[in-house]
Parts: sequence; structure tokens; C-alpha cells
Amino acid sequence: MGNIQLFPVQGSTLAPEVDHLLYFLLAVSAFFTVLIFCAIFYLAIRYRRRAANELPEAGHTGYTLEILWSVIPFGIAMVMFTWGASVFFNAARPPADSIQIYVVGKQWMWKLEHMEGRREINELHIPVGRPVRLTMTSEDVIHSFFVPAFRTKQDVVPGRYSTVWFQATKPGKYHLFCAEYCGTNHSAMIGWVYAMEPADYENWLSGGMAEGSLADNGKKLFESLACVNCHKPDNTGRCPNLQGVFGSTVHLTGGATVKADEAYVRESILYPEAKIVAGYEPVMPTFQGIVTEDQILQLIEYVRSLAPKPGATAAPSSPAAAETKTSPGAAPAKR
Amino acid sequence: MQHTAEREHYLNASYGLKSWLLTKDHKRIGLLYLFTITLFFFIGGAFATLIRIELLTPQGDLVSSDTYNKLFTMHAIMMIFFFMIPSIPAVLGNFFLPIMIGARDLAFPRINLLSWYLLVAGGAFALFAMIAGGVDTGWTFYTPYSTTYSNGWVVATALGIFVAGFSSILTGLNFIVTVHRMRAPGMTWFRMPLFVWANYATSLIQVLGTPVLAVTIVLLFVERVFHLGIFDPARGGDPVLFQHLFWFYSHPAVYIMVLPGMGVVSELISTFSRKPVFGYGFVAFSSVAIAVLGFLVWGHHLFVSTQSAFAGLMFSFLSYFVAIPSAIKVFNWTATLYKGSITFETPMLYAFGFIGLFTIGGLTGLFLAALGMDIHVTDTYFVVAHFHYVMVGGTIMAFLGGMHFWWPKITGRMYPEGWARLSALIIFIGFNLTFFPQFILGYMGMPRRYHAYPPEFQVLNVLSTAGASVLAVGYLLPMIYFAWSLKYGKVAGANPWGATGLEWQTASPPPVHNFDRIPIVTHEAYDYSTVHEEEIQVG
Repeated sequence: MGNIQLFPVQGSTLAPEVDHLLYFLLAVSAFFTVLIFCAIFYLAIRYRRRAANELPEAGHTGYTLEILWSVIPFGIAMVMFTWGASVFFNAARPPADSIQIYVVGKQWMWKLEHMEGRREINELHIPVGRPVRLTMTSEDVIHSFFVPAFRTKQDVVPGRYSTVWFQATKPGKYHLFCAEYCGTNHSAMIGWVYAMEPADYENWLSGGMAEGSLADNGKKLFESLACVNCHKPDNTGRCPNLQGVFGSTVHLTGGATVKADEAYVRESILYPEAKIVAGYEPVMPTFQGIVTEDQILQLIEYVRSLAPKPGATAAPSSPAAAETKTSPGAAPAKR
Repeated sequence: MQHTAEREHYLNASYGLKSWLLTKDHKRIGLLYLFTITLFFFIGGAFATLIRIELLTPQGDLVSSDTYNKLFTMHAIMMIFFFMIPSIPAVLGNFFLPIMIGARDLAFPRINLLSWYLLVAGGAFALFAMIAGGVDTGWTFYTPYSTTYSNGWVVATALGIFVAGFSSILTGLNFIVTVHRMRAPGMTWFRMPLFVWANYATSLIQVLGTPVLAVTIVLLFVERVFHLGIFDPARGGDPVLFQHLFWFYSHPAVYIMVLPGMGVVSELISTFSRKPVFGYGFVAFSSVAIAVLGFLVWGHHLFVSTQSAFAGLMFSFLSYFVAIPSAIKVFNWTATLYKGSITFETPMLYAFGFIGLFTIGGLTGLFLAALGMDIHVTDTYFVVAHFHYVMVGGTIMAFLGGMHFWWPKITGRMYPEGWARLSALIIFIGFNLTFFPQFILGYMGMPRRYHAYPPEFQVLNVLSTAGASVLAVGYLLPMIYFAWSLKYGKVAGANPWGATGLEWQTASPPPVHNFDRIPIVTHEAYDYSTVHEEEIQVG
């Protein structure tokens, strides 16, 4: 029957925070449960019927009591709300220096891709002591990425990128579960997260059959899919120059703006007519059915690699322009 | 027992199948519902039994994954849509709501009969789908799995729920009109028993919420059959939109299931402590408050769904408001015992069981409403344990308590007290053994809807399965002794408990038109001085 275990291991910086909230909730719950159980037992025995024709006095509504037992629980509930919300919001914002890893869920496996090019299935290797940010999408139905030792989970939705981050605190092997029911082999869509010492992680990362970094592969795709014929780096193409676009604000036909993030790049590849950059014609064909979710992620990484690196602000030409009002789309319009 | 010149009542006024299938008597319709939902309960229970046996071992070895997925789906669909939602309102509410306000029937007796036929038709659809091959989407029907990927009988099952929904809407409508229009002279709103208040609040949810479920099912249908793309990301649709629509009904539906049970418990606590319910007005209005607030919290099912963090914050905040009216009820019931005259007949044991288990179910709801906790425990067995504490520990306890309480009125016979107390105890123990370990399993991280699981979760699963077998015995016993009591039970008087409601002032079983003369109400609810003289000597 295996060993009896009644509490999950704490594997992340978030885990103790969630557990402390648990202790508080447990203490409050235990207090009220014991209070109600004892009150019922005591009152039921103390006031048990002693004569068949007993008629107790009716008594009156005690407004003080009613107010007390509404206001006090409400106050405690607000503490729970605030505490729960603060844990959640701490967990919602990935630190800027997070390691970026991509996750694609499909019936019934997890595909994970490291920036440096290593790919894994149902296994995720991460270093301890460094925040790791997962950007996730699904090829089919909704899945949910759940690592109990890290006390966090996030649904993985087709057509969207969702993110989750964590920082492992000690080396170990932790369960990875799919927590959103996804069909026949839902309970087999499981795997392991290996948290490693940073040096071991670096070793692991450089080993294996890496086939170039995500961005490199994205560049190859960008060329083989002939994207480069129109998205020219010298602003002479029929489509916007993508240098420095990622992370910038893009001006669209009709005056709207959009932040160039993962979702925007994905949409532009699959539904190019959805948002047209100001000054350009809707000439791009859709790549639906041509590129896979994995390949879209490689393309995104390639486009991201064209963005100005933080700290490279002194660059004289276009990368800096991305941060200013001159959007990459506006410049060639004067052509 | 006197066999000479037996008094005419609703059971012996006419005989034959037709006199039942075409009846417009709310009491007979209540019994039709009782037979129907009992059947659905045991079908749902059979699925639960197979689930628990499968989970005895970590490997998926009893049934295939596909079969397991169908089992938990059909267990939930049977229990929620065809047993729990109709249970207390359609059986006990149908039978007693008109009598408790001094009416001769519901406002629309024919529509009442139609409601029952709709439930039967919906149930037949769902049963057909199960026999034809079953459905494996989970009762939540999340898209795009249900619209594009599932091979099961999604449409037939969903249509069954759609049809049963109209049964629920019509029952709610009937109750609302009846309470507004059919109260006996002197039966003011604040003289109504709390069971009537609770059913009135429930009816509001049924009428306002169920149409949204109907719309959602229609959208699911057109998406699955015609591929419109409403929920399909490949066509620009939004799969998470379905979850919003689904929970906009299905969270209030939780209150459809539990509010009537709270109404029953108010009656039981008052009767068996021979005191008016403490804070009557607060308990009455807390039902309405729960009904209204219940519509504002659906997003707490979507904290990790990619719903915006700000929306999550608001839904968490609002969810804590629902806790207050629930807490008010529990405190007032407990305070009712103070200086009461308390006896421990079976219905009271069930009422105590309800308060205890609902307290645990409600408090663990506060865990799930806390954003930072929910990201860990949502979609795990913690949620499974939480809602079974509310639905099974709460609603089914109240339903059984109500069945025992009103059994003498419904049948004219007493159930055997010793056996009934024993089975109440067995159910309480079996329930806790089944579902308490699931809280721990959930916190340890066992996801729900898992056919196979890692071996370290086995011990707690074995405990849970052991508890389920105890629970099954507890549920079968009442079936036997209730049936036995129809022939051999002690003949019940009009008011065996010394209770105050108008239903106890008419004969057991009640005459066809409930009262020989429409009563004139001159007292508040739960005024035990009125029954004192006549009853106590008999009792």
C-alpha cells in the first residue's frame, strides 16, 4: 500500500506561503467546527426534554447576537480574502529575470521546450533557486499544469498563452499532473519535474540532442516559410520590418494600438487579417494548418530575438525606435 | 387499527395507474417525484460504487479509462440534475408547501403534473444516452472537449438536462405564484414556516438561473452539430466563455440544492426543541440573500482558467459575502436549542448531522474562495470532498431528515425508530469516512477525475472506499424499513411530534383537498403554546 503520507512536500518559494495560509484557514475552521459541535452537544444534553408536556419559553430575537455573529465572521472572512489575494498576486507576477520555458499540452502529453533548444516530453528539468516562467498553450482541449509540490496550477487553453512561474527551493523529483479533465487518458497525462542544482542543470542543458536554440530554429522557419521575402529587415518589404517589434506598441489601421506580445505574434501568423499594421495592406496569407504550435513558439522566439536586448538601449538605429513613438509600422509608410 | 368505514384520504380516494399518472393532486405528484428520484439516486449510487471500487488500487484495473470517465460523468449528471435538484423541492416542497400555507393545492396543478413528466422525459433521454454508450465529458461539459473531441452521447445527454431544466423552471414558477396568491387567511409572509421561505428563495433561482443553462445547452448543441465556432478557438471562438455561462447557472444551482435542505433543518430544529427558530427573520432573509448573492460568484470556479486576475479578485471578494448568511443560519439553529425542550428522534439526529457536516462543507468553501489557496486545491479531491460535504452531508441529510419527519403525515404510519436512528448513525459515520480523507488527498495534490493515481495516495483511497460501503448500507436500510412500515408501522396520529405547522393540523394522511375547512391563521410560526394542550396528552 506504500508509505502513508499526509502532507505534500514543499518544493517552491510559493509552497510555504500557501501552507501558512492553510494553517490559518485550518485554525479558523477548527475553532468554528469545535465551537458548533460542542455547543450542539452541550445544549442538546443540557436542555433535553425531561417531561412530556414541557413547554419552553419562546424567547426573543437577540439583535446584538445577530449583529455579532454576522460582523465577526465577516471580519475573519475579509482577512482570508486579503491573505488569499496577496498570495495569489505574488504568484501572478513572474520576476523579470525568469528562465523562459515553453509548454505545449496535447492529448495526452506535455511537451516542453527550453530556449536553448532542449525538448522534453512529460519531464521538466529546472534549476533550483531561479525563477522559471512557463508560457503554455494547448493543441487541442483545455489542460491544466499542476505541480503539487510547488502549490500552483494554471489552465492551458487552446488558442491562448497562459503563464505560470515558480522557483524551486530544493533539488528533487516532483509530480506533474494534468488537473483539467481532458479525455480518455487524462490520468496518464502526468510526468515529473526535476529540480536540479544550477551546475547540474547547466550540464543537463548542454547535453542531449539539442538541435539549435528556439530562436535559431525560428529563424530557419522564417526563411523556409518565405516570411523573409516580405518582412525585410531594411523596411523595403511589403510587410512590416520585425526588428525591435517584440514588446513594443504597434499602431494599427484605424488608430488602435496593440502591445506586441506572444499572443499578438501568434494571432498575426494564424489570423493575419485580424490586426493590420498602419500603413500596410492586408496581403499576408494565413499559416493555419501550415505551422504547428511548437513552430509558432519558435517563430515567436525568433521575433523576440529581434527585439532590443535590455541594456542595449544605446544602439543608434531601429531597436531604440521601438521604444519611442515611432512605431515600426509608421516609418515605411512614408516610403 | 379500525377497518370499519375507513376515512377517505388522498391515497385511497381513487385507485389504478391512471389515477396516479393523470393526478393533479400535489401530494400524489410529490410521491411520483419520490419514486422517480429514488430510482435516479440508486442509478447514480451504482455508478459511485463502481468508481470507489476502481479507486481501491492505484492502477486502473477494474474498468477501462473510457468507462471510468463515463462513470464519474454519469454519476454526477444523475445525482445533480435528476436527483439533487428536484429532491427536496419537488418531493417535500410539492407535498407540503401548499399545506403549510393553508392552500388546497399549488396554483397550477396541471403544470405541476407537466413538470413531473418533463423530469421523466429528461431522465429517459439521459438514461437512453447512458445505455446507448454513455458520455464522458464530466458533468461540466467543458468546451472544446465536449464540442469537438468527445465521442460520447453528448447531445442526447445535454438534451435530457435541457428538458429536465424546464421541469425545474415550472416547479419554481408554481411555488412562487402559490406563495404569493394562495396563502390562507392570516398567513402573512412573516408567519410562513421557514421551509416555505427557503423553497421560495430556491424557486427564484430556478426561474432566473435555469434559462441560462438552457441557453448554454443550446449553444453547446449548435456548436457540436453545426460547428458555429462560438467556443472553438480555431474559428475565433472562446472555450472559456462556456465556463462562464455554465457556472452562471451551476453555481446558483448549488443553492437550489442546499437551500431547501436548510428549510427542512429549520423545521426539524424547531419541532424537536419545541421552540421557535431563533432569529426567524434573519434565517428567512438569509435564504433570500443566499439566492441573490449566489448569482454574483460564478467566477470563483475560474481562478486558474485564464480569467483576468482582477476578475478573480472580485469573485473571491464576493464569494466571502455568501459565507455570512450561511453562518447566520448555523448560529441561529444552534441558538434555538438554548433553553429548549430537546428530544432525539431520527429527524433531529439528521438535523444535527446536517449542521455539523454543512459547517465543515461551508468552512472548506472559504479555503476555495481564497485565491492563493485555490490555485493549489482547485480541480483536486479537496473540491470533491468540499462539495460532497455540502451536497451529501448537507442536502441528503436534510432530505432524509425531512422524509422521516413527514413520513407519518405522508403515509399515516410511523417508521421504526430504533432502525432509523441506527441508519442515521451509520450514514454519519460512513459519510465522514468516505469524504474526510479526500480533503487530505486533495491537499496532497491528487487531481479529480483520475482513473489511475500514484501509489502514495492509496491508503486514503482505501479508507474512502471503506467508508462508501458503510454509507451504502446506511442508504439501503431506510428503503427497507420505510417499505416495512407501510404495512406494519404504528398508526400515526395527526401530529405525532407535537409540531406547529398547518400540515400537522390535518389528518394523516391528509384528505384529498388537504383541509376540511381552510384554516385561519392567528399565530406566528412555531407557536408551541397552540399545540400544547391538545397534543401533549396524546403524545
